[in-house]
Amino acid sequence: MMDIFEFYRKDEWPHVFCPGCGNGTVMNCFFRAFNKVGWKLDNTVFVSGIGCSSRIPLYINSDAIHTTHGRAIAFATGLKLSRPELDVVVFTGDGDLGAIGGNHFINGCRRNVDLDVVCINNNIYGMTGGQASITTPHDYMSTTTPLGNKEYPFDLAEIAVAAGANYVARWTTKHVHELTKSMATSLTKKGFNFIEVVAQCPTNFGRRNKMAEPSSLLEWFKESSVRRDKARAAAIDHVDLNLAGQITIGEFVSRDRACYHERKGGSAHGNGH
Amino acid sequence: MNIKPGEYFLQGNEACMEAAVLAGAKFFAGYPITPSTEIAEGLARMLPESGGEFLQMEDEIACISAIIGASWGGSKALTATSGPGFSLMQEAIGYAAMTETPIVVVNVMRGGPSTGQPTRASQGDILATKYGSHGDYQVIAFAPASVQEMFDLTVKAFNYAEKYRVPTFILSDAEIGHMRGLLTVPKEIKIVNRKEKGVRRSDEAYDVPDDLVPPFPTFGKGHKATITGITHFKSKIEPEDPKIHQQLVRRLNSKITNNRRDINKWEVIEPDSKTMIVSYGSASFGAREVAAKDDRVGLLRLKSIWPLPVEPIHEVASKCEQLLVCEMNLGQLFWEIKRVALEAGCKRVELLSKIGGDPPTPGEVRHKLREMGAI
Repeated sequence: MMDIFEFYRKDEWPHVFCPGCGNGTVMNCFFRAFNKVGWKLDNTVFVSGIGCSSRIPLYINSDAIHTTHGRAIAFATGLKLSRPELDVVVFTGDGDLGAIGGNHFINGCRRNVDLDVVCINNNIYGMTGGQASITTPHDYMSTTTPLGNKEYPFDLAEIAVAAGANYVARWTTKHVHELTKSMATSLTKKGFNFIEVVAQCPTNFGRRNKMAEPSSLLEWFKESSVRRDKARAAAIDHVDLNLAGQITIGEFVSRDRACYHERKGGSAHGNGH
Repeated sequence: MNIKPGEYFLQGNEACMEAAVLAGAKFFAGYPITPSTEIAEGLARMLPESGGEFLQMEDEIACISAIIGASWGGSKALTATSGPGFSLMQEAIGYAAMTETPIVVVNVMRGGPSTGQPTRASQGDILATKYGSHGDYQVIAFAPASVQEMFDLTVKAFNYAEKYRVPTFILSDAEIGHMRGLLTVPKEIKIVNRKEKGVRRSDEAYDVPDDLVPPFPTFGKGHKATITGITHFKSKIEPEDPKIHQQLVRRLNSKITNNRRDINKWEVIEPDSKTMIVSYGSASFGAREVAAKDDRVGLLRLKSIWPLPVEPIHEVASKCEQLLVCEMNLGQLFWEIKRVALEAGCKRVELLSKIGGDPPTPGEVRHKLREMGAI
């Protein structure tokens, strides 16, 4: 069993995360899952884009590449295909993955390169001070939606399912055991595996939405979480935290499509060069 | 299969991809765009045969991101594109410069701005190559003017990208990319590999000193390297420290500008002529013919354009009476050349600029020279 400070770089602390931030919970769960599956730090590369969640690889005692905003999956794809023997994990956030990087996200799911993607969805642009993101619920407040968000949010996990990801799960920072288990499943499964973690940002989301206490956000997650199978039957518009009043959680899909570099390439429909 | 030594009749884009494989390229990510697509199509077949990987991505941002990722895995990697795709790559070009990632970008230039002339040649991306990304940075860029140079300079582009850990460009155009011509593949080709951290090599004596180009910590070898576009010192991010930012950015720039003499390549015809033309790439076709036939006119043809070849421009400009810059844009390298030429004491620097897709003809060059009273 690795010590947590063999995994995380203590010399890089203090970290940039605010008090009450959900990233610490995700880091703790990830550390436990990594330990459980017995991966080696020297054989793993962590890739991220820009944002609070994307700072996590900088604290891991391993090779890490902190890239441009939105492009982590594209960088990781090139890295994995050039060195298939390395394990590659992507840390990203809702803005990084779903807004500026949305194209790489859906194409990553479709391409099915052997990557594990953890998206920390805090429903806001935290690092830049609390602007609405593609997962800010309808009517909720942010610095760029002073009258409430007019738009409707993306459901990242459902997008991943539709786009063809091999494994998709969504949990919140309230569901630490389930999250750790899903992370371990994701690490052991080949192909493009996607885990969305709905996480609290008390500083920039909760504070403007009458949930300034981290615990009030966690209570909110607990109260609004519904297992996906039940939620699907109950509501068509379950994508919206506000309208439907629920966060669908659970393992959304677990498939076993051959990943990119296991495929032979098609003579079935070609002329067999 | 690597191309064997011998003589071939090939397209410019084909010469480029043969050279890439021979130089050791193991990874290509591309997106279809005229007039560079042949390079992707060729490498889709050639790279898997030589143990490499070809990948078609969802856009050009993904392409350059993927090759930077592949480079950190230890592979020599390239992409090929043109105008609109090149614009999309700009942010990542700055990232590659900041993180000192060796990559090669082949830009088969076409007429812009915007969609412009997809099938016609242009030299509209000269300044975008050096100044397109935000911040102060340096790159290396070569400008081939024949099928043979597409081959030779592509090999060099890989060598210099690896040696200096810098994004390196082939600035070709629709004319050179699609022309067919004679290619001689020599028996011996000099290949430079990157200076890897913790790996001893026999040719270390030729390395650029560590204080300018640090050894490359390839991923997966226990270096625990943290690579970031944030201002950094070794593996630590230091976005707030003015001194560290200055040291880093000045070093990234000086590792290239201090080594101009090693990097720059050029050719001079009739160096003692009263009127000298400075040109590069397909813009130099007409000028070359004029300079070869007329004793009163000489030519400095730049085979590399970034870092600016200050020394040959200065030398030519200090000896001639007037200088004509000939390029296929509305004057891009012209301003840089004019600055150096005036400093060298040259009295008059004129521009022959032609856009629309056709290189300037010998007749058009002569017409301009007559206007200048040179012939």
